[in-house]
Amino acid sequence: MAGPSSMVGMQGFSGNTVIRSQTCFPDLGEIEESTAGYSAFSTCSPNSIFSLSNPSGVDVGVAVVPPFKHSRLRENIDVSEICSPYEMGICSGYYNSQKGRIMPDSMSIVNEQFENDGDSGIGDASLHTDTSMDVDKDDINQFMQNEALISVDSVERAKSQKGGQKTFHRLAQNREAARKSRLKKKAYVQQLESSQLKLNQMEQELKRMRQQGMLMYSGYTGDQCQKMAGTGASSFNAEYARWLDAHRQKINNLQLAINANVGDNDLRTLVDGVIAHYDDMFRLKSMGAKHDVFHMLSGMWTTPVERCFMWLGGFRSSELLRILGDSLEPLTDQQVMSVCNLQQSSVQAEDALSQGMEALQQSLAESLSSASLGPSGSGNVSNYMSQMAIAMGKLGTLENFLHQADLLRQQTMRQMHRILTTRQAARALLVINDYFSRLRALSSLWLLRSRNRTFA
Amino acid sequence: MQYRTTSTSEAWGAYMARNSGGGGGGGGGGGGGTAAGAMGGGSDPLERIERLASENAVVIFSISSCCMCHAIKRLFCGMGVNPTVYELDEEARGGKDIEKALMRLLATPSPLPVVFIGGKLVGSMDRVMASHINGSLVPLLKEAGALWL
Repeated sequence: MAGPSSMVGMQGFSGNTVIRSQTCFPDLGEIEESTAGYSAFSTCSPNSIFSLSNPSGVDVGVAVVPPFKHSRLRENIDVSEICSPYEMGICSGYYNSQKGRIMPDSMSIVNEQFENDGDSGIGDASLHTDTSMDVDKDDINQFMQNEALISVDSVERAKSQKGGQKTFHRLAQNREAARKSRLKKKAYVQQLESSQLKLNQMEQELKRMRQQGMLMYSGYTGDQCQKMAGTGASSFNAEYARWLDAHRQKINNLQLAINANVGDNDLRTLVDGVIAHYDDMFRLKSMGAKHDVFHMLSGMWTTPVERCFMWLGGFRSSELLRILGDSLEPLTDQQVMSVCNLQQSSVQAEDALSQGMEALQQSLAESLSSASLGPSGSGNVSNYMSQMAIAMGKLGTLENFLHQADLLRQQTMRQMHRILTTRQAARALLVINDYFSRLRALSSLWLLRSRNRTFA
Repeated sequence: MQYRTTSTSEAWGAYMARNSGGGGGGGGGGGGGTAAGAMGGGSDPLERIERLASENAVVIFSISSCCMCHAIKRLFCGMGVNPTVYELDEEARGGKDIEKALMRLLATPSPLPVVFIGGKLVGSMDRVMASHINGSLVPLLKEAGALWL
């Protein structure tokens, strides 16, 4: 909403229907002309919504806002010009988030009303119960009755001294209410800022704790290997954290590019960049798996919620497609078929790898069970050693499974990239990033909650 | 899934009968007697691989204890394909040679499992998965007659 908004069509006016496009903040000079229209404002139904078409295309609900420039009030202002807090409530409730552009001095009450209502665009009777207004219902009702009594003809009567006192009282009350709301707003904003700071601090702490925790975990495996495993796992964690930061940066750039409606060529460069960056991650993971396959499989390098959904050391590629869901619409028939095929083949591949892993676990268990090793005794040492060697060999295939799973993820992403247009691919990448960052945020919230419970 | 050993007389006999055509090859192993020598110790393992691969639509060279081989078998069965599997560790003879030949063919120390479709080499697990994801596996299978739907 750029600047003052126009009124377009008002409903519920008895007598004079005022359909005009004029600013909501006419000079006081204009007020006298339009009093006729305003006097009937009180009979406006609370639920009238006046919508305004806005050059930026944003749907703005605009209310009839009487020019309540209380700083310029004069004694001889008509009663009809005064909008009760109730009506002000209706007015402000219609404003959307672009309220910042409303002239502040005259709209202080209106602003406050809006803030308390958030984005609810409909004014209803409940607005006037907002505590910041400090005007009780009786007053409002009485005032409404007063207003109802005033018709076009009674404007003259209102100009009498008696009417003036009443209006002065009303004005004072409104000023008070406005002042109180301003103070409350200030306090609220301060509270928001301080809790934001606190949240940032907590996130930093959390990060530090998690890294420490992972170092501890990775050093768990045996004394001799401790240093090795420690370095491997913690160095991977550090590399992954770095990758994540770079990824966020790229995604931000992509988002900005989409918002700025850049050309297809530029967009394609960005999209290709993100996909290539994913390849970097898979390379990182394969190196990490060489150093410590169990660290990769355990998922300790990722957040708890992500770990919960983890499959063979990473996300499920079939899950990726489900996340995208409808966000890729509109798709051509060819694309729909390709996506379906991709979904099906990724599920089949996942199942195959899962079954392979199960077979691995079973065979490992078998080779270590007493049945195959026989009764333990000195004579069976060689048997034991050979069985251990077999088990070691089997464990070696874990890295291969992890590798295949990562390949599957990589292939699925590449195929998605092939199927979709540049714009669709860009949107898809954003959606995927949203999903994973929400998982991470959920993890942080959960950890904070647990922490608070422990220390509460 | 059909498990075959390369030296069963039945397989060899069937092969000979099918492939000898007009030649007199039928007398060689057709009777099924000399099963052990049928595959021929002297024949080039690569040739043997080629022959075995062209016998069936989908041929998998595998090791019975290998879990990745298990995974690849499950993949094909899950698609409704009936692959022919040769467990090289269960071969009476020549299994090691075939494995070595495959090692050379794929230039990797652990080639298995290896998949041939329609007599053509597809590759190991990663190649099979990649071709499945990019949609080229199913047409290949259909072309080889392993899939009908």
